[in-house]
Amino acid sequence: MESKENPSVLTEEVKGPGLLARMFLSLYDVYKFIARFFREAFLPPYEWKEIWRQCYDIGYRSALLISTTGFITGIVFTKQSRPSLAEFGATSWLPSLVGIALLRTLAPLLTGLIAAGKVGSSIGAELGSMKVTEQIDAMEVSATNPFKFLVTTRVLAATITMPILMFYTAMIGMLGGLMNVAMFEDTSAKAFFTASLEQITFLDYTASTVKAILFGFTIGVVGCYKGYNSSKGTEGVGKAANEAVVVSMFLIFIEEVISVQFFSLFRT
Amino acid sequence: MLQKTLTNLETEKVIEVKGLNKSFGNLHVLQKVDLNLYRGENLVVLGKSGTGKSVLIKIIIGLLTPDSGIVNVLGNLVDQITYKQLLELRLKVGFSFQNSALYDSMTVRENLEFPLVRNRRDLTKGEVNKTVEGVLDAVGLLNAINQMPSELSGGQRKRIGIARTLILKPEIMLYDEPTAGLDPITCLDINNLINEVQERFHTSSIVITHDLTCAKVVGNRVAMLLDGRFQRIGTFEEVFDTTDERVKPFYDYNFIK
Repeated sequence: MESKENPSVLTEEVKGPGLLARMFLSLYDVYKFIARFFREAFLPPYEWKEIWRQCYDIGYRSALLISTTGFITGIVFTKQSRPSLAEFGATSWLPSLVGIALLRTLAPLLTGLIAAGKVGSSIGAELGSMKVTEQIDAMEVSATNPFKFLVTTRVLAATITMPILMFYTAMIGMLGGLMNVAMFEDTSAKAFFTASLEQITFLDYTASTVKAILFGFTIGVVGCYKGYNSSKGTEGVGKAANEAVVVSMFLIFIEEVISVQFFSLFRT
Repeated sequence: MLQKTLTNLETEKVIEVKGLNKSFGNLHVLQKVDLNLYRGENLVVLGKSGTGKSVLIKIIIGLLTPDSGIVNVLGNLVDQITYKQLLELRLKVGFSFQNSALYDSMTVRENLEFPLVRNRRDLTKGEVNKTVEGVLDAVGLLNAINQMPSELSGGQRKRIGIARTLILKPEIMLYDEPTAGLDPITCLDINNLINEVQERFHTSSIVITHDLTCAKVVGNRVAMLLDGRFQRIGTFEEVFDTTDERVKPFYDYNFIK
């Protein structure tokens, strides 16, 4: 559909040019989509109620899976790390290792990938379904801005919720680590958490928060972009949901590599 | 209801389409289309499936952009105004979708409140409720106010879809296949509702359909879209008083079978 503000027009119309040209046009579409998000996000009126509803929805949808995965990751990581540290007689470093590994990489990455699967696919499918059943057009013609209501709110909600989920995952992961440590050693919870947290620096917290925000923004934008521009009926909805997950996960790994390189510049 | 005539209609054009062209790839859907909608009239657009009837009204509402030509709606050139101006124009133009396009995650009340609270931020909660209930009452579905769209029948969904467009008190109504997929009795109900809307809300309407009963009951004028152009425009009788083999089958199928 060629809405005035719909960025899919270019790619829809230009079927003729080669793969490279289409790829650049797609990138230009995405750029316009993101630019529009920032414009709509800062301009009133604001959809606070919908943003809050989406935040709750995203958190609620991911909580159980994140809790389970985080806890199991904590246990497994601690268990697998123990023999290596034991070789050097350094098992006392286990809490620090678990804390640092979880907060620096495991928690952001794990939360990002789970949210990409749960939230990204859900956003892609929901908006895709609304697109093919003309519900988005219905918003357009009733003089409301569907982009602001559907896209801006979801991207903001994903961006806001991800850091919270990431710290939650890290905490649950540490609980898993504590359980494993408690099974083999006489270590109190207080001692475990003190040892875990004392090695974590302000830079670690900052880097993880920035990464989580970036991952949340990516999941929101990709899910919304794929759903908002879906076509070809139910097949298009499935495709939008699938692509939302695949592209989000791919970008999360790329962002992880880049951010690790970037923040390592600040580490002594 | 008897067929309506053109008497007492105003001559002010609320929609003026001139030389409109629209193609999708190599498919030339609309070719130099001219059309006027006068204030207060119901204009029925007839044509085979895939001839561009829906495309025409989607261009009028700004959902699609024309390749060339002029589309003037209430003094606004639709393809030349800004997005903000287009949103303002859409307050005056209601669009009823073929599949109703109700927001399936919202109740009927929320469906109707959605455009209202976003466009009339000065209204109190009480005024919003009163307006929603008033419009639902007008379409005879006040009792469905707390139901979800999935709980409604096809006819009820059409009515709610029309109610949602009426909530902003539009001057122009665009109906896309209002009777498609409905049983004959419900079709008559919807036809009567379209006439009631015209009388009660003083709207000017374009009704897209290939249902000739609908055309006869609601249309002040009928326009037949054939081969990308309006070949015949006039009263129902004028349009079908022809030996044109492209037009006759419509009449024969609907009234002779």
